[in-house]
Amino acid sequence: MSRQSNRTTDSKKMNSELFTLTYGALVTQLCKDYENDEEVNKQLDKMGYNIGVRLIEDFLARSNIGRCQDFRETADVIAKIAFKMYLGTTPSVTNWSPAGDEFSLILENNPLVDFVELPDNHSTLIYSNLLCGVLRGALEMVQMAVDVRFAQDTLRGDNVTEIRMKFIKRIEENLPAGDE
Amino acid sequence: MADEAPFQFLHNEVIQYIYKSSVNGETENGRKITKLENMGFRVGQGLIERCRIYGLDGFQVSNHSLTVQTDGAISSVGHGHGLTKDTVRFKDELDIMKFICKDFWTCVFKKQIDNLRTNHQGIYVLQDNKFRLLNQLSAGKQYLEHAPEYLAFTCGLVRGALSSLGVKSIVTAEVSIMPACKFQVMIQKI
Repeated sequence: MSRQSNRTTDSKKMNSELFTLTYGALVTQLCKDYENDEEVNKQLDKMGYNIGVRLIEDFLARSNIGRCQDFRETADVIAKIAFKMYLGTTPSVTNWSPAGDEFSLILENNPLVDFVELPDNHSTLIYSNLLCGVLRGALEMVQMAVDVRFAQDTLRGDNVTEIRMKFIKRIEENLPAGDE
Repeated sequence: MADEAPFQFLHNEVIQYIYKSSVNGETENGRKITKLENMGFRVGQGLIERCRIYGLDGFQVSNHSLTVQTDGAISSVGHGHGLTKDTVRFKDELDIMKFICKDFWTCVFKKQIDNLRTNHQGIYVLQDNKFRLLNQLSAGKQYLEHAPEYLAFTCGLVRGALSSLGVKSIVTAEVSIMPACKFQVMIQKI
């Protein structure tokens, strides 16, 4: 970990742009392929999910994080470790619901949207919807069913970018019949 | 800054998307390779433009931004701003190719091209003995038939980068044993 974080060279910087630009090219392609933004949002979420279920392996292998005791700990791990590791940014965790099953990630800067503007005719496009899929997919692999969606987005004129996460249920491990 | 894992996963997902989707009834393999190549092209162009903003290797700083245009296409605006200024920095074509092999490859894949060969008539062969996007796939001939999918984006990347540096080219790739691969760049004389 420490060695990783020390290597913040120019080439690292470029790499994040490679990711950002590739993502931009993907969204462009999706916008060409699909008639409406809803479909694009759905597709981005699906692709994110596929990434998430694999990314979690990489994350667990590299971060030495064990099982989280509660949703608050999960929130901290996501914001302070996972986002930092993969996107180089640390969102703040706020707006906890009284029951502690819902919180918001506030993204000060969203690397996916660097150099992006949305034209008027794509007002319902959730440009970074891939992130929702990634979070959902990754958490599903650690037995958490979570609802993830963008509540606010600076691309669409909001002041901040907010990802709302709601814990739905614990996914029971499916033991084979007769196995205890 | 950012980690390489997201790009790798995204790249895989892009390939999966292009190959699995049968939008517009596209079944032809060549069309899909072209799509991937075109996506790479735009990213390659963008990267070179961004190079200038970071002032990498003496690039000029200028103001660029990306916009999703009305037709849904994302393209750069302000492109070409410092282009002539930058291109005179390179002595010749070979100089540009060296830049691609060293700086550009390091930026994108965190290593340099292992071998650059040319016939001095506009054909360059760039060999990478441990190409990052094939590295996780196989070490030998297994999955060789899938190699073109994993190289198309990068071919476009190189073509896009060269195009932003004022060089028109055709880029193809070939693999005999993974993860080594060769990119062939044919410069188009204008």
